Amino acid sequence: MKDQRNLIYAGFALLLLLSPLFLNRYWVDVLNSVGLYAILGLSLNIIVGYAGMFHMGHAAFYAVGAYTTAILNTTYGVPVLWAMPLSGFLAGLFALIVARPIIHLRGDYLLIVTIGLVEIVRIALINDVFGITGGSNGIFGIDRPEIFGYRIRKPAQFFYLIWAFAAVTVYLFHRLENSRFGRALTYLREDEVAAEGSGINTAHYKLAAFVIGAIWAGMIGTVFAAKMTIVSPESFSFWESVVMFMIVILGGSGSIPGVILGAFLVIGLPELFRGFANARMLFFGAAMVFMMIFRTQGIIPPRPRKYPIDEATP
Amino acid sequence: MEQFFQQLTNGLAVGGIYALIALGYTMVYGVLKLINFAHGDLFTIGSYLGLTLLTSMALTDKLGPFFGILLLAVMVMILVGIVGILLDQVAYRPLRESPRLSAVVSALGASIFFQNTIMLIYGASFHVYPQNILPRMVVNVFGLHIPMIRILVLLASVVMMLALYTFIQKTTIGTAIRAAAEDQGAAKLMGIDVNGVIMIVFFIGPALGGAAGLMVGLYYGQVNFTMGWIYGLKAFTAAILGGIGNIPGAMVGGILLGVIEALGAAYISIAWKDAIAFLVLILILIVRPTGLLGERVAEKI
Repeated sequence: MKDQRNLIYAGFALLLLLSPLFLNRYWVDVLNSVGLYAILGLSLNIIVGYAGMFHMGHAAFYAVGAYTTAILNTTYGVPVLWAMPLSGFLAGLFALIVARPIIHLRGDYLLIVTIGLVEIVRIALINDVFGITGGSNGIFGIDRPEIFGYRIRKPAQFFYLIWAFAAVTVYLFHRLENSRFGRALTYLREDEVAAEGSGINTAHYKLAAFVIGAIWAGMIGTVFAAKMTIVSPESFSFWESVVMFMIVILGGSGSIPGVILGAFLVIGLPELFRGFANARMLFFGAAMVFMMIFRTQGIIPPRPRKYPIDEATP
Repeated sequence: MEQFFQQLTNGLAVGGIYALIALGYTMVYGVLKLINFAHGDLFTIGSYLGLTLLTSMALTDKLGPFFGILLLAVMVMILVGIVGILLDQVAYRPLRESPRLSAVVSALGASIFFQNTIMLIYGASFHVYPQNILPRMVVNVFGLHIPMIRILVLLASVVMMLALYTFIQKTTIGTAIRAAAEDQGAAKLMGIDVNGVIMIVFFIGPALGGAAGLMVGLYYGQVNFTMGWIYGLKAFTAAILGGIGNIPGAMVGGILLGVIEALGAAYISIAWKDAIAFLVLILILIVRPTGLLGERVAEKI
């Protein structure tokens, strides 16, 4: 059973790896978007899926990362990919500052506060806060990334950059999921009071989940800025956050393969419905309702954890 | 001072509209613990239906402006209420026992569906309400020149809110709604038809939202298919501000939000108008984590 599943994942990965060879530029670009959103979804999954916090403002952290990269590159001439660590760091720091006072809010109250957060960030960007964000036009003319003197320009080249990043993300988050930290978050999600009673510092873990998710979103912001060569406030609207949120819940909250499949569905389906012209989003909305009704836990829900007995008893 | 009172009354009128929409969020939340993200689009449907009925039936010419608008409002409310019931039956009812966030995504899907339906039927451009329905009167209140429509909007929302409050507090059905919101299981044991209550809630909430949509059309004179998002978001903010699930809370939150926004736009900065509203919300929630009138929920041990 487990082998079979791994075989499917491996086959899928291989197919994906080879896809730029037989897809045209347009579809490779769609796959690039899917990859970006898959990584964003995975980072949001730590907050929503593992820790169970209702967070619908992830685009705020994404924006901090993308703008940090854009400003470092256009004003200070820092090569794009070198800006990545600082972008992640600033997004994490921002998350730490804003999440500290709101982390204790219950479910839906946290939801609206995070929505408010992403709107405040967007409005601040439009109003050219600190005079460095370029107002509603945003910042353009960001350099293409360079790896070992090799300039990344074509969609197929970005494809490998983005999906390599996705592979690293999947590996790290898979490790995180099974770590002490991941188990603590799961406990926290299932029963906060019991978790606290068992000696888990809930505020600390929630905050840590928030910051890790934000750091990752900030780092993807760098890739986004490099891919688009332009960042503008409209790329980081409330709607972007909603899309990320839908990816996580639709695919299967707390499940890595689920979230990746969610990204394929939420980003890919409107492209497939292109034949319906103007009505494609109508079909997309209806499809979401029906997918949720038929798979209420998400399409690939996380599998229950199993611990073999001979491992537990020495 | 003149400007202050102009902004204050404007804020009250807009706040009344927010409060009406917020009631739909809070009532559904009270009974189902569901954030109905499609509620903003029901509001848009209300304003477009109002526009269609207004232009096609020429009610105001036959019945005079007052009764014409009144009949129009009743028709819009009933139609949007029916859409609300259908929405619940199709998109939410199968998800009653599933994780709460699944229903939220279903609601978001329904919202996309409604928005694009409206766009396909009416087109993506702004639609203008006929200008000559209500006489363009300006009323002199204590030396203030206030447009008639502003007073009417405020009056209509207050009347609807009072009617709802009385209905919830005094009638048997209202008591059943309160009981179902308090404890669904216990309400069932007391012989209350909870599914019936949910249906009523999904009629009243959207009906009020539809009325608010009509009022926005009359007040601002133009409507757009995406406006449900921003109004819905504001109204949801208002509902949380007052303490979600709490009916008087939604009214207070809505009016407060409208006033804060109008005064913030006038005296601080119009570009930061929306940010001010959210900032106030965040500050209030930091101090009072369950909103202004929300009850403190004891942690289960």
